[in-house]
Amino acid sequence: MTTPHDAPPVVEMTGISIEFPGVKALQAVDFTLRAGEVHALMGENGAGKSTLIKALTGVYSIDSGRIVVDGQEQEFSGPGQAQSAGISTVYQEVNLCENLSVAENIMLGHEPRRAGAIDWRATRRTAGELLTRLNLNIDPASSLSAHSLAVQQLVAICRAMVVDCKVLILDEPTSSLDADEVAQLFAVMRSLRDQGVAILFVSHFLEQIYEISDRMTVLRNGQLVGEYRTADLPRLELVSKMIGTSLEVLEELEEAPKRSVAERPDTAPLVQAVGLGRKGSVQPFDLDLYEGEVVGLAGLLGSGRTELARLLAGADRADSGLTRIAGALARLRTPRAAMQHGIAFSSEHRKAEGIIGDLTVRENIILGVQADRGWARRLPRKRADEIVDRYMTALDIRPANPDALIRNLSGGNQQKVLLARWLATAPRLLLLDEPTRGIDVGAKAEIQRLVAQLAADGMSVVFISAELEEVLRLSHRIAVMRDREKIAEVTNNENVTVSDLVELIASGGQHR
Amino acid sequence: MSTQAPAPADRPGTSVGSRAPGDTRRGLTSFTQNRLFWPVAALVLLVVANTIKNPGFLGVRLQDGNLFGATINILRNGAPLLLVALGMTLVIATRGIDLSVGAVVAISGAVACSFIASSPDPTSVTTVLVAVGIALTLSFVLGVWNGFLVSVLGIQPIIATLVLMTAGRGIAMLITNGQITTVNSPPFKTIGSGFFLGLPVAILIAGGVFALVAVLTRRTALGMLIESVGINPAASRLAGVKARNIVWTVYAVAALFAGLAGLMISSNVMAADANNAGLFIELDAILAVVIGGTSLAGGKFSLSGTLVGVFVIQTLTLTVTMLGISPSVTPLFKAIVVIAVCLMQAPVVRKKLAARRRRKASEAGTDSTSARTEVAA
Repeated sequence: MTTPHDAPPVVEMTGISIEFPGVKALQAVDFTLRAGEVHALMGENGAGKSTLIKALTGVYSIDSGRIVVDGQEQEFSGPGQAQSAGISTVYQEVNLCENLSVAENIMLGHEPRRAGAIDWRATRRTAGELLTRLNLNIDPASSLSAHSLAVQQLVAICRAMVVDCKVLILDEPTSSLDADEVAQLFAVMRSLRDQGVAILFVSHFLEQIYEISDRMTVLRNGQLVGEYRTADLPRLELVSKMIGTSLEVLEELEEAPKRSVAERPDTAPLVQAVGLGRKGSVQPFDLDLYEGEVVGLAGLLGSGRTELARLLAGADRADSGLTRIAGALARLRTPRAAMQHGIAFSSEHRKAEGIIGDLTVRENIILGVQADRGWARRLPRKRADEIVDRYMTALDIRPANPDALIRNLSGGNQQKVLLARWLATAPRLLLLDEPTRGIDVGAKAEIQRLVAQLAADGMSVVFISAELEEVLRLSHRIAVMRDREKIAEVTNNENVTVSDLVELIASGGQHR
Repeated sequence: MSTQAPAPADRPGTSVGSRAPGDTRRGLTSFTQNRLFWPVAALVLLVVANTIKNPGFLGVRLQDGNLFGATINILRNGAPLLLVALGMTLVIATRGIDLSVGAVVAISGAVACSFIASSPDPTSVTTVLVAVGIALTLSFVLGVWNGFLVSVLGIQPIIATLVLMTAGRGIAMLITNGQITTVNSPPFKTIGSGFFLGLPVAILIAGGVFALVAVLTRRTALGMLIESVGINPAASRLAGVKARNIVWTVYAVAALFAGLAGLMISSNVMAADANNAGLFIELDAILAVVIGGTSLAGGKFSLSGTLVGVFVIQTLTLTVTMLGISPSVTPLFKAIVVIAVCLMQAPVVRKKLAARRRRKASEAGTDSTSARTEVAA
């Protein structure tokens, strides 16, 4: 990019305010988006990023302020109007139709017609042209479900290009992509930027923000902190602006869950997996888990790290091998059976496999305990209140209202509620699959600290994360996964680095 | 149930069981926001219309120590539908649907009547008790079959229960040999048209079952677990909820209640009509559930809503009859009420109304507290 300062603004939002009952979601926020730039919108969960995006895309109507798109003042009263003004959005969760072809997905609603009927040949051709424009080598006639999530995301972007798109909003597009896929996405973003599209990008990954963005706007508590050129703002300073704490405090926070390399306790393992495996999911593996120890699972997306945890949690049934718990043979055929052995599993899919959206925070917290007791023995109200109060305070769940519906909470707080649900069952082994994905820096540090604390208190923890730094910082021992196989086990110490892990993953470890 | 005003006080099913005491919303807005408001309004409207047409409508008179009157009739005639609708509410709460309840009604009546008719002593209490036992057991078994198809084999509920819906009346025909089996048994007659302590037995049975279900779902954790399975089956399973057993149970219970309704219906006419007993009762039950505010998408359910729904449907049926309109037109009126109530409950309409209220409130310079509760994400 040459001088994005001089590029004409495509979107100018001035003095935007939106108020919900009891919450000032946005207060007089200004936001400018210029043609041919990648602009990152930064802020913690609840800072107002989503609200600002929804104001721009017409999902929310603004209480005051002005939105000017391409020199014309707009008053959006629905997403359709924003779209016809040239604003397209690709959300975190891909909302496409898996059972349709790539071409159908891209052109859905804009199919070329001939004599009243859809011209399928032209549909495929136009879709193919759009894919080529983004340098994507995808067969337009192939079924969408045949492609990885990353490719689906790119198809979603391609779909956004069908209408004459001036502004492309990418809300957390990278949260479930691995490094190669992110690189592919970024290539597409750069090519679009160079074609003059203004891109608004939201991500929790600071690395990615610094790699791709030209400029950023930081929000905090619904207020504008400022607009900066990415090159002028060091990371730590950005984070301090996002969470509103001084640099010193922040550095301390970063250091707090310093990796604590303890000697392995001289006891028998709590859980022992011997040749445990499942066809098509994960190759047979051996793994010993000790009390008071955090075992990290490192590996790329699809390396089998989730599948390994699911076998231990009884979420999937193993078809080979056996599990011993405290020396005794245990059959983990269902999640419930695993729970009764003191194994709790927090899935990586927070929405699909974690929260019960229409139930309250209270109900979500006590669900695990209640399920364990069975339906007939209802958790007494007083006892339930104690549990809920204790964990809402301990984990600082906000809003501090146990009767709020969990789906109205931010991602980080939903994650904390799920943690509370599992902790309330007093597990001996806690399996955490991507507990910090898609949540803000502050909540992330809190959860990391909590994991360290739980292990120090004697719990056995399995920690899965795509961020190797995080795995390295928290784990006493690291199992390295690749291609659905456990390829190595590393005892963590000061000398192990991220690049060691990457090398292990890349080289395939020492095959046994 | 995907509206945006989901404060705890709006939760259906709050009539029994304790709910959040901390809710402070008061006044007319929260009153009309309540999911039960429109169904109850429809019911009141119907009752008022009837009272205008017939001033004695609400009157209840005592005759031979027993209560009579239009309202008593509504309650009594509504008893079988209430039983079926209660089961349906639970099934729908788990994201399912049970189309076979009408067939189970027919089978249950056929079994009971055939047993009584062929027994040497149709008038003895023992015979009737055995007949009732057999009919209810068979209904329960049929429900277990439905539940097996849905929860173990994973067949879509609408298809799984369609099997029995289609086959069930055939089974009932087999049992009755294709005849309308009539019986003459005073103890059996008691179930549908007897009185106890001045009240029709049918009302007492249905009321008792309603209370039982309410206590079972709201005083134990069953209600929450059913809702949790209905909202997110995968997450519930991972949380350790026995999702399969819960789904299986609700189908068994729904059929059991349908069987009980079948006994009532056949006892009322002292005959088993395999073709017509409980015909379309599954649709009325689904209507009652929907009118009561339980979403067909599963999750939160409201037993009191279902109760109101049943009353609306029964009152409407009676109203049409009392107005001298041919009963064959009743479905049309049902359709009108259903569409009116559903419209008032539809998220789009509610949002529009809320927006209008908010505008008015802000014009008046007051703070509207009940409009958007969504927290900034």
